[in-house]
Amino acid sequence: MSGTKANSASFVRDTMLSEQDPPITERGVVKWARENLFSGPLNTFLTIIGAVAIYIILKGLAPWLLHSVWNANSAAECREIIAAAYGEGAHGACWGVVRERWAQFLYGFYPSEHYWRVNLTFILLFVALAPILFANLPRKMLWFSVIYPAVALLLLWGGSVWVPVAALAGFALGWLAYRFALPVTGSLAATVAAVLVPIIWWLFFAGWFAGLAHGILPLGMEQVPSSKFGGFLLSLTIGVTGIAFSLPLGVVLALGRQSDMFLVKTLSVGFIEFIRGVPLITLLFTASLLLNYFLPPGTNFDIILRVIIMVTLFSAAYIAEVVRGGLAALPRGQYEAADALGLDYWKAQQLIIMPQALKISIPGIVSSFIGLFKDTTLVIFVGLLDPLKGITDAIRGSFEWKGIYWEPFLFPALIFFLICFGMSRYSMYLENKLKRDHR
Amino acid sequence: MIKQLFFGSLAATGMMAGFASAATLDDVKARGELNCGVTTGLVGFAAPDANGQWAGFDVDYCRALAAAVLGDGSKVKFVPTTGQTRFTALSSGEVDVLARNTTWTYSRDTDLKLTFVGVNYYDGQGFMVNKSLGVTSAKELDGATVCIQTGTTTELNLADFFKANNMTYKPVAIETNAEGEQQYGAGACDTYTTDASGLAATRASFADPENHIVLPEIISKEPLGPLVRHGDDQWADIARWTLNALIAAEEFGITSANADELAKGTDNPEINRILGTEGDLGAMVGLDAQWALRAIKNAGNYGEIFAANIGESTPIGLARGLNAQWTQGGLLYTPPFR
Repeated sequence: MSGTKANSASFVRDTMLSEQDPPITERGVVKWARENLFSGPLNTFLTIIGAVAIYIILKGLAPWLLHSVWNANSAAECREIIAAAYGEGAHGACWGVVRERWAQFLYGFYPSEHYWRVNLTFILLFVALAPILFANLPRKMLWFSVIYPAVALLLLWGGSVWVPVAALAGFALGWLAYRFALPVTGSLAATVAAVLVPIIWWLFFAGWFAGLAHGILPLGMEQVPSSKFGGFLLSLTIGVTGIAFSLPLGVVLALGRQSDMFLVKTLSVGFIEFIRGVPLITLLFTASLLLNYFLPPGTNFDIILRVIIMVTLFSAAYIAEVVRGGLAALPRGQYEAADALGLDYWKAQQLIIMPQALKISIPGIVSSFIGLFKDTTLVIFVGLLDPLKGITDAIRGSFEWKGIYWEPFLFPALIFFLICFGMSRYSMYLENKLKRDHR
Repeated sequence: MIKQLFFGSLAATGMMAGFASAATLDDVKARGELNCGVTTGLVGFAAPDANGQWAGFDVDYCRALAAAVLGDGSKVKFVPTTGQTRFTALSSGEVDVLARNTTWTYSRDTDLKLTFVGVNYYDGQGFMVNKSLGVTSAKELDGATVCIQTGTTTELNLADFFKANNMTYKPVAIETNAEGEQQYGAGACDTYTTDASGLAATRASFADPENHIVLPEIISKEPLGPLVRHGDDQWADIARWTLNALIAAEEFGITSANADELAKGTDNPEINRILGTEGDLGAMVGLDAQWALRAIKNAGNYGEIFAANIGESTPIGLARGLNAQWTQGGLLYTPPFR
């Protein structure tokens, strides 16, 4: 640099100094580590503790994972392969159990020649969910979402086509009753009719109709009894149905709790507080054991159905409180604005209150859903084979896989993680999309 | 609410069965299927294979019963039950018979209003220890940590045994057998205690079975057997005598292989009566003459079922011991078929 100072006063620099790299302590990894890991005595101490903990975990886990065996047909064979490859006394993961029994984890004991029905139901689930989850898809797809429960019921359990048709017909009748009663009798009576007509249909005529129609045109699929359900098929059936039905029920309960009508309010509060006051396992035992005593002897009220009902009620009580939180967060002015526009109660809820309240409640609602889905593993206590413990125990009950402990837990854990993480990411996407403030 | 009723009505239309009467036999025949309560999975006794087919010692009894009643050993619906749900499932009629290694005790037989139809396996509680512990008798276990399944009779037996011998122990509570194996294998407890048959199966599943021994002391009586509800003696008789037929078949040398041959008539009148060529034993319980023949042909006699599922040629490798015929020094002794 000194050479550039020719012909100039010795105390004036006429050229720029070229840029220099920052000091080593102020850049790159060192800077990051100094700021984040070693910024003070406490943080340095915690960093060292953390590093030691990670090392200890990896030291135990890494060899076990590195010595994984995939192609083995029994636990003993796994041990032989590991001993042969890594020496006597080496430990290793035996994924052969997943390779041989993956179908049982996914489908339970569903007959293998009918796996396509489960697969199709699963694929159609996304088709049905898509228009609900993503607003930019054509709205006509919602019609498929409406009939999807009936389609899934038919595909999974089989039987006559006319049973789900008769069930769907109840909703159509309810809508018709509302439509025709509204101009004649007014809003309240029409609502009552819309509820009563389908109930009467389902209780007294649906079975008769299904039988008659099946007699005329026998269409249907081979029946698969509930006892064949297990693994993730069972978890998803209970979870998805529970989620789908607990949200509307929860919203209704939340509105009921906010209502000015004494009876509605008391019933809602009583229901919510009762359900939240007992553990889910109690409700499951009630469903599986007590109901057997209440119902007439020999009544074979499907166990999966009983569990779904209990799980739905349980989840609905929690959703109701989450939605109530959303309702409480809305400024009073929103309600008054709706009134000022002359909207009736349902219109106000539909157009102004609910969209905002539900938006606020999204994180809470999705948390409830994730909790519900994971709670489906509790069904093992009523003798249904859930993927985490039921199927795992059944697999360990065979000669080949006795003594395998962690592997059958890790495989379902991975699938649970994928599903729950997916739900969580979707909830973040939705929150982001619906964000109207602080843009 | 509408959604609930929607499903409720579906149940009403699609899945509701008729009303049960006292006659379980008629129900089973009308249904064309035997509902049999089993465990959710226990090595050798009941477990589904990769294709979902149930197999095991208790399973074979259910199949034999189905063969006797319905003529086909495959017409069984296996209902997995847990320790908590098993008795209710039977009492409420969800299952017709429970074959779930259930110990025959006084209170279960009387207070719970159940009928044990016999004993298909005489078990007893034992201890397993690592050889390096240097213990050769359960009486030397003073101060030991013990892995013990909570909420079972084994827990009570353990407390009784240590108290009676003036010893102390530290319990390590576990929930399932798999957890017990894991804890014991990881050294969380000095000894693992459960039924001796379970210990044998657990030991066989270890990588180093030669390093573990089952101590000689058996500290409890665990007679395991199938059971039915109180109130239908005909059905209890059928369940009892199907089990007896399997045991008697071994005593008289009737096997799945030679049953058809022997059914053509032999010199032994008791064999003839069992196989239905003489007398009308079947009609006395409301079945046809060949009921026992079908039960035996399904998976063989008691000895064959034992050998195929839990016997010495299987990985579990249980010796007959108490479960040998009375003529061989065991406890199996069936009343005469007469």
